[in-house]
Amino acid sequence: MRATTPRTLSGLALLCATALSLTACGSSGTDAGSAAGSGDAAVSASALQSALAKGGTITVWAWEPTLKQVVSDFEATYPKVHVDLVNAGTGDKQYTALQNAVQAGSGGPDVAQIEYYALGQFALGKSVQDLGKYGAAKLSGSYSTGPWNSVDIGGGVYALPMDSGPMALFYNKKVFDKYHLTVPTTWAQYLDDARRLHAADPNAYITNDTGDAGFTTSLIWQAGGHPYKVDGTKVSVDFTDAGSNAFTGTWQQLVSGKLLAPINSWSDQWYKALGDGSIATLATGAWMPANLVSGVPGGSGDWRVAPLPQWQAGQNASAENGGSSLAVMKASTHQDLAYAFAQFAAAGAGVQDRIKGGAFPATTADLNSPAFLNTAFPYFGGQQANQVFAQSAKNVVKGWQYLPYQVYANSIFNDTVGKAYVSSTTLAEGLKNWQDASLNYGTQQGFTTGK
Amino acid sequence: MTATTTPAPARAGTPDRRDRVRTPLPRPRRRHSVDRPRRSVTLTLLSSLVVLYTLLPLAWLVVSATKTQPDLLGSPGLWFSGRFALWDNITQTLSYDHHVFLRWLLNTLLYVVLGAGGATLLAVLAGYGLAKFDFRGKKAVFAVVIGAVAVPATALAVPTFLMFSKMGLTNTPWAVIIPSLVSPFGLYLMWVFSAEAVPAELLEAARVDGSGEVRTFFRIALPLLAPGIVTVLLFTVVATWNNYFLPLIMIKDPNWYPLTLGLNAWNDQAATAGGQPVFNLVITGSLLTIVPLVAAFLLLQRYWQSGLAAGSVKE
Repeated sequence: MRATTPRTLSGLALLCATALSLTACGSSGTDAGSAAGSGDAAVSASALQSALAKGGTITVWAWEPTLKQVVSDFEATYPKVHVDLVNAGTGDKQYTALQNAVQAGSGGPDVAQIEYYALGQFALGKSVQDLGKYGAAKLSGSYSTGPWNSVDIGGGVYALPMDSGPMALFYNKKVFDKYHLTVPTTWAQYLDDARRLHAADPNAYITNDTGDAGFTTSLIWQAGGHPYKVDGTKVSVDFTDAGSNAFTGTWQQLVSGKLLAPINSWSDQWYKALGDGSIATLATGAWMPANLVSGVPGGSGDWRVAPLPQWQAGQNASAENGGSSLAVMKASTHQDLAYAFAQFAAAGAGVQDRIKGGAFPATTADLNSPAFLNTAFPYFGGQQANQVFAQSAKNVVKGWQYLPYQVYANSIFNDTVGKAYVSSTTLAEGLKNWQDASLNYGTQQGFTTGK
Repeated sequence: MTATTTPAPARAGTPDRRDRVRTPLPRPRRRHSVDRPRRSVTLTLLSSLVVLYTLLPLAWLVVSATKTQPDLLGSPGLWFSGRFALWDNITQTLSYDHHVFLRWLLNTLLYVVLGAGGATLLAVLAGYGLAKFDFRGKKAVFAVVIGAVAVPATALAVPTFLMFSKMGLTNTPWAVIIPSLVSPFGLYLMWVFSAEAVPAELLEAARVDGSGEVRTFFRIALPLLAPGIVTVLLFTVVATWNNYFLPLIMIKDPNWYPLTLGLNAWNDQAATAGGQPVFNLVITGSLLTIVPLVAAFLLLQRYWQSGLAAGSVKE
């Protein structure tokens, strides 16, 4: 309840901001680049080193807590460089601020944390720098496929993957044992567990869901759906493909059967329910353990991790949920230092800092390292949970695309698909409305849209 | 200097109501008046409900502020449970993240003193001037002020941001203070209040006695305007203290956050991958944030009430 006001407000600001930025994106590309005094000419590694030796101050907008340690290590390694780490808001709040700064042409950071789903919007608007001039394309082999595909947009590399969120099923073993439920390997079994659990204890739910764009698109992604197709400025949205149908088929039964806890994720109620067993599972990204440890200390030892249930028995498909990248802003006047920091945090020594802080890496070297894979999680009763996550990262279905204005699209999710959770509208109808509204907006913004 | 010693009319303070409303009402059994109104069960019930509705969230806040983070999630919100942790919570709130809460408190005070104080000063000066002096274009000014009252500040935030950004003012305290200086509603209130509270005859008398306009304003008009000033001050203080949207757009440096943004940033920590939920600090911080406002209202209640009633009764 407390969350509604700021969200509505930021949604409003976002509307203004996206409308402003996209109308301006035709002109901003050239002058932002020249104003910053930095072209696209290649920058060698030695040039980066001399920039670092010369020093300067850069501003980083990020909300990720482990970056604090990365910044102090970076400053220790390069004492002439000062990094201002600013938490300018989480997720869409930060994007609003970023769009505003891009539009205004000043007041923005040098480096910004941008989630994968949102990066396309900034890349298309030419507000973030193509990192090709730094040879970033050579890093492609260092990252797992899902995150790399998200930063490699139309032949340019617009950010470096900072972490990733291959999905897994977190489940409360105590609840499962108490009601003799089997850990589901398919979504059909999941539905079955949901019914049995809720029948046995009317206060307990298999999971919570009040309508979450990121979650919905991730599950459709896992089911092999490709609702978004983007080719330059040609955009199509189609939520009637087989993958989307697989999702609505199962999820509609959970919604209609009132088998989903009506609790918003990240609320205090949610943390409470994760601790007291009234939410039995979470299908979410591999970054979740750190949150469980700090937010649900009472659940320690109760929870376990299993691979994501499958849409068809015997498959092993997965998807990404969440995860962020570090982008260098086109308007930055210290692009070299900015890239050096992004590289340090996402590909260099900073990666280890972040893993120690509980972040889930996107770098294949770490995903395959025995030390990482064999880490036992006391919270999960000593389970080597990273093995599940790392396997999931390998099984992410290829070819998924987000809209180049996904931030806006996600902001209207609750007005369309969200209705399916509170009224007689079906999920399929809700998705159709979301599709229409998204296409409509695309047309208004000058995209060539189709179904 | 007869004018300065003339006692202010009683109506500026607490008006003596009995003189005005003694209209004999032909009621058979009981005599009801404004001072002894008829008791209505329905109205009492309704207003009790409203009181309850208003106080419940406050009670929840006070009770919740006494709980530790685990107790907060593990017990019902409207009653105490577990250890009484209010003092711990307050200490933690004040010291969390290098005492940043105190910094936010000082920022808020800065914005309130300069923003709300300045807005009140401007509203008083302009309201008095518009009420007591005739000049060309007064009607146009009136139209602009009334029009400005109708435009929500939220709608102006983004254009203001773009303008300030060109001027290099974003991410500085000025970005919050300057827009807060403008209070069309306060101006309108002072205008109406001045027209009623300062009799033209009194000003005339002062002028005849040779008092200059500035002196007349400070020595004669200002004391009469006190209730109105306090009312406008309270309005603008509340608006600035609780201002969320404007600083949200303008300020990105947490060192310049007001309390509203700071608490929201703490709240968002719970929604961040790898972030630490600190709901107990958010709640205790919110409680600490409203204490000064509640105190201001209680202390200035008398002025506030008489200010609201000003102009409602024609004498």
